[in-house]
Amino acid sequence: MTETLLEVRNLRVAFHNEDGMLRAVDGVSFGVARGEIVGLVGESGAGKTLTAEAIMRLIRCPPGRISGEVLYRGRDLLALDEAELADIRGKDIAMIFQNPISSLNPVFRVGAQLLEAMTLHLPARRRTLRDRVREIFTHVGIPSAERRAQDYPHQFSGGMCQRAMIGMGIACTPSLLIADEPTTALDVTIQAQILALIRQLAAELGMAVLLVSHDLGIISQMCSRVLVMYAGQIVEEAPMATIFHAPAHPYTRGLMACIPDIEQVPARLGTIAGVMPGLRDLPSGCRFHPRCPIAEPHCAVAEPALRALDVTHRVACHLARRE
Amino acid sequence: MEQPLLDVQQLTKHYPLRAGALHRLLPQRQTPVLRAVDGVSFTMAPGETLGLVGESGCGKTTTGRLILRAIEPTSGSIVFGGQDITALHGPALQPFRRQVQIVFQDPYSSLNPRLTVRQSIGEPMLVHGLASRDEVRHQVNAVLEMVGLSPEYAERYPHEMSGGQRQRVGIARALGVQPQLIVADEAVSALDVSVRAQILNLFVELRQRLGLAYLFISHDLGMVRFISHRVAVMYLGQLVEVGPAAALFASPLHPYAQALLAAIPRIGDGSVSMFDHTERLLAGELPSPIDVPTGCRFYDRCPYRMDRCRQAAPALRAVDAERAVACYLHT
Amino acid sequence: MEPARGVRTVDGDVLPVEAVGVARHNAQTPAYARLWRRFCRNKGAVFGLVVFLAIVFMALFADLISPYNPLIQNYARPMEGPSVDHWLGTDSFGRDMLSRIIHGARIALVVGILAVLLAMLIGVTLGLISGYYGGLTDTIIMRVMDGLFAFPILILAIALMAVMGFGVRNVIIAVAIVSIAPFARVTRGDVLAVREEPYIEAARLAGISNRAIIWRHVLPNVLAPIIVQGALRVSAAIITESGLSFLGLGPPPPTPVWGSMIAEGRNFIVMAPHISTYPGIALMITVVGLNLFGDGLRDVLDPKLKS
Repeated sequence: MTETLLEVRNLRVAFHNEDGMLRAVDGVSFGVARGEIVGLVGESGAGKTLTAEAIMRLIRCPPGRISGEVLYRGRDLLALDEAELADIRGKDIAMIFQNPISSLNPVFRVGAQLLEAMTLHLPARRRTLRDRVREIFTHVGIPSAERRAQDYPHQFSGGMCQRAMIGMGIACTPSLLIADEPTTALDVTIQAQILALIRQLAAELGMAVLLVSHDLGIISQMCSRVLVMYAGQIVEEAPMATIFHAPAHPYTRGLMACIPDIEQVPARLGTIAGVMPGLRDLPSGCRFHPRCPIAEPHCAVAEPALRALDVTHRVACHLARRE
Repeated sequence: MEQPLLDVQQLTKHYPLRAGALHRLLPQRQTPVLRAVDGVSFTMAPGETLGLVGESGCGKTTTGRLILRAIEPTSGSIVFGGQDITALHGPALQPFRRQVQIVFQDPYSSLNPRLTVRQSIGEPMLVHGLASRDEVRHQVNAVLEMVGLSPEYAERYPHEMSGGQRQRVGIARALGVQPQLIVADEAVSALDVSVRAQILNLFVELRQRLGLAYLFISHDLGMVRFISHRVAVMYLGQLVEVGPAAALFASPLHPYAQALLAAIPRIGDGSVSMFDHTERLLAGELPSPIDVPTGCRFYDRCPYRMDRCRQAAPALRAVDAERAVACYLHT
Repeated sequence: MEPARGVRTVDGDVLPVEAVGVARHNAQTPAYARLWRRFCRNKGAVFGLVVFLAIVFMALFADLISPYNPLIQNYARPMEGPSVDHWLGTDSFGRDMLSRIIHGARIALVVGILAVLLAMLIGVTLGLISGYYGGLTDTIIMRVMDGLFAFPILILAIALMAVMGFGVRNVIIAVAIVSIAPFARVTRGDVLAVREEPYIEAARLAGISNRAIIWRHVLPNVLAPIIVQGALRVSAAIITESGLSFLGLGPPPPTPVWGSMIAEGRNFIVMAPHISTYPGIALMITVVGLNLFGDGLRDVLDPKLKS
């Protein structure tokens, strides 16, 4: 049994706002084992980015409020103070974001930024670290590493920036990389390169990856296990094969049906009626019931808990049963 | 043969870039030019959906803008419904403006936030004389029903609606003037997956009902495959392959088209990952449309490049009745 | 509770109202009510609004609420401090200060508002044309505006008055001319941004004329900062007008105008400071109030501007 690296228990992220308290992430629980690539999938507004940011405590509180437990190797990240947290951030857990160009400071050279990140965490001498910068650049596929390290971010393309960010992420060989929509802003062929790089590095370094994305195609090519989020909650958790062959939650099924199959093109795409409710308009009972094709009266009354259908498969639905 | 709805020949758009002072002193003294669209030719039949795909810098958005006459071509010709509209301006262009409409990518900024839905949709109708002030109300309701919105939405403001609903309003606005061609510029890219599917279904339904033609510009190949009859692939301002959607996706001929299709992450059961076989993935960066090399523009990244590819660029040639490729491997 | 009405989608489903999500919530609270509530939360802005309304009230009903005729002199009781008869005392001619201050509000307001309206009309038009069409027109108009901006306001106003002559009408014109440039610049800035929005391009591609686009699509979307600027400019106009009156260039005596009242009291600063001070305080409260009101408007109408 592989060691559980990260365990999230009942994570809640709420925001104070003029109309009251909005729960953007509402009771999310999951784990990430060492070396596995887990996908967190959902549409915009589902709360997946906030979940990732909450793990790293990147959310400003107030106005936000994070509660629950985020256990990294047994230590609750939510209970640490800033100094202890800063020690873990960047070294044990790294994060890369959606828009790589804005993740880099435009007035500093890229190499210098990587150097800074390493100097914070690694005790080696500056000269050693400078060599390491070059090594890392080459490792992540940035050609002419020496010269490129002297460039400014605006001289890098989107793909190269993301490679630099990945380099910064893995510089201290973290055990967990959180990637929040890392390729959404990139073109298809570049996206393929970046995702391949992440997969390669994960295998090389024995690194676990929490990949957040709205794109089921990316998730299925990258992840062995998938968490499906809807309106702030996890509605299904299963291995990718199960999600593909036998999704249990109606939302997951609906999502799969929405995506056109390139080989066998349907006459009409499957749809999910309606839109995801906003945080202020959450329906009673199951949050998905107004859009659910198989909803029953009971679904409007009681919120379904995430329960196990079998060892690896959990669903939050009253009607799901083992197939 | 039926007259094509749209006939574009050698359409070109160059943006001369102002050289810095130093540049002007250098011996070559040539102003660098951004070749956004470089000699693009294609036709569209009435009621046909042509998918235009490519990555950043390929020129697909610019091509769409040129066809709409939103920007002026540097050279080439655009013939719509048998009429050459390339050089027309002002009032002469007005009838054309009715025939071709656009649906934008961003539903949040494509509607005037100060106008109600009725005003946004009704204005083009009034301008083109398709309805009098009294009739507008009914016509707007009719077109709202066509896009799946109940008439109560007519009095709403954009900020009171979701992204998908706003996009429907944008489509209704385009439909209001009864165009023959709609240019959909990344029309569903900013929407959520489930909403995207609804809108794409709407596009299909509308073309069945009204015989609309679409120029569907997108970087999302899955969407393009679903909705297009024919597909055209662009790279660095030029067309590299054109053909029926099914055939092109099943067996792309141009190396770039092959790479593009191979790079799409498909939904699968996760047993095998495309990223574990990186040799098949296209290497290298997307080139810049400034200072484009002579010869085939795909030369640097092409796994099958030959010497003759560097000397002269291959022209887009038909390989059979329906397919055309710009590659020496096939012509 | 509404009956279960539905929204029909293309798929033929009729969705219950709940599923429409965000849309419903916004539709239920009308925009103006929400803006008003936000405005009221800003104490300073509410104070400013009260001040503004008080000034307007004073200006409209000056004759009714003044205890005395502001022009009647009473040599028997000059330069008296505040007393039961004269709440704010009397000036060097024995005229009641309170009445004069109340009437002064009239001139201040009339000049302020008319000048600003005139400036707005010209400035906004120039800004619209300049921002929308760009090119040479833009350059020319903006350079002229830069020229206007370069002059210290009071110097420019004085110069204009010297050319045009004195009197209330010319004060209004002078203050208006001096206030054009900010309106042109603010308008142009927003027009440049709005011009690039897709809905403008959609209008153009639908065959709508440029003039119709500017009037119906651009102007309504740049109105918010113009209104804010308007409120702020009124206070600036009142200061300018007071400055001109202080220098003796405003409406001739004995018309009660705050600026000239302050000037009159200069000679008696030591003996009877109230003659200059009270009009000064009135001016200060007015200006601060209007500024707070303008800031409050800005926060409410365009929260993005608030840093």
